[in-house]
Amino acid sequence: MTAMLNVKDLRAYYGQVQALHGLEFALNEGSLTTLLGANGAGKTTTLRAICNMVRSTGAIEFDGAPLTGRSTENIVRLGIAHVPQGRGTFTTMTVEENLQLGAITRSDKAGVISDIERMYDHFPVLKERHTQQAGTLSGGEQQMLAVARALMLRPRLMLLDEPSFGLAPLIVRDLFKILGKINREDKVTILVVEQNAQLALELADKAYVIETGRIVMSGSAAEIANNEDVRKSYLGY
Amino acid sequence: MELFTNQVLAGIATGAIYACMALAVVMIYQAIDHLNFAQGEMAMFSTFVCWQLMQWGVPYWGAFLITLVFSFAGGIAIERLLFKPLAKAPILTNVAGFIALYAIINSVAGLIWDFTIKQFPTPFGSSPFLGSQLISTHQAGMIGVTLLLLMLLFFFFRFTRMGLAMRAAASLPESARLVGINTSWMIALGWGMAAAIGAIAGMLIAPVVFLEPNMMLGVLIYGFAAAVLGGLTSPLGAVVGGFLVGVFENLVGTYIPGVGNELKLPIALALIVTVLVVKPAGLFGRPIVKRV
Repeated sequence: MTAMLNVKDLRAYYGQVQALHGLEFALNEGSLTTLLGANGAGKTTTLRAICNMVRSTGAIEFDGAPLTGRSTENIVRLGIAHVPQGRGTFTTMTVEENLQLGAITRSDKAGVISDIERMYDHFPVLKERHTQQAGTLSGGEQQMLAVARALMLRPRLMLLDEPSFGLAPLIVRDLFKILGKINREDKVTILVVEQNAQLALELADKAYVIETGRIVMSGSAAEIANNEDVRKSYLGY
Repeated sequence: MELFTNQVLAGIATGAIYACMALAVVMIYQAIDHLNFAQGEMAMFSTFVCWQLMQWGVPYWGAFLITLVFSFAGGIAIERLLFKPLAKAPILTNVAGFIALYAIINSVAGLIWDFTIKQFPTPFGSSPFLGSQLISTHQAGMIGVTLLLLMLLFFFFRFTRMGLAMRAAASLPESARLVGINTSWMIALGWGMAAAIGAIAGMLIAPVVFLEPNMMLGVLIYGFAAAVLGGLTSPLGAVVGGFLVGVFENLVGTYIPGVGNELKLPIALALIVTVLVVKPAGLFGRPIVKRV
């Protein structure tokens, strides 16, 4: 089985500072993979490099075609949705406009309208607030909106950057449940970057551990969860 | 009382000029987050192009349309050649760019068409409007065109995909790219639209102030003032701001002794500063609600 996303020897730079040192990993179609690591390990940079939002070298292939040299918006148009850290909500626009923006590259009007309804089914609170300015939503609601906005693209691959950040534990559980559902039912391949290792490992089927810009461990989520070092460093027991 | 009504009417008529210019200012501000100091000169240049076309025998509306297309393309060209390379530069670099553009366009227009005053025709005629001595048919037409433009812009931004994409690109470029919007072209498009709106303003103003390379200087300041008063981000605010500035300027000139024509401008601007101190987002600018 060939991988949907194949990353080889990925190096990324912020000015003179190198943040990734030859990262390698692959995502299979339909998988739900998590990338674990401490603060500053390079998780966010990895996601940003995939979408060409940071200067990088190496090879990133999506469906066998290289992403190198493509602009962020062109990469997104291939069906790669990115939920950035901090959620990237269009705060001055309404909830519904945010959802419409997620589908801005699509030309099937009827499909977009029915997808907005589908998002309201996934996240009923968004329906209640659909005319409200998105900046007035709570953190959890904004995160749901960000996920919903990404799904409006009808992505084949969804990248999520710390979706649990700043959310109450119960809300995180709900959100992760929905992510699992999206992965299974809508066949969206998901790569989720997390500090909340426990939840991420429960959800994912595959996991990578990243330290100072290198992959130091990979395996099935169960294997990683049972690994002594991971337990000590990331799960805390 | 009749004096008052007349002055308000006359104010609305001049206000339409400012409103039209303010619309162009708001357009560009939406796209690039800066005030374009060369906006007036771009409008003046477009107006000269229209005049030249008519000298060559093109009928008014033909020249009008060609000028719109020329201005739209010209606005995009200016963005691609001059300001796209400056996109990541500090604000002051951009400001220097605007001033350079101002000086260049002004001089080039002077070089091609020299600085003598030229007559510019109006498509609306200049007889009294509905028998009023204060508003001519041209001024009434100008008010009509301004309101029509406003409606078109409102529709464009609120109900079209392209409008939504432009708003997104202006408010949060990175997020806009992440939903697949080509933000760089949205900015160029904003320049094109602003240039075209400016051209309309120029062609409507020219019959009133006469055509010459410096015709837009005062108008642009009032246009800025109107845009700021209305809240910079709102086309509706720009138009209302334009009419308010026009009316206020007239009333102050009429009723406050010693002001006369010479001191109208500073007093109008003083009012604007006051409004901004009290309501920094302007009259119609949407204050950004943010959870902390």
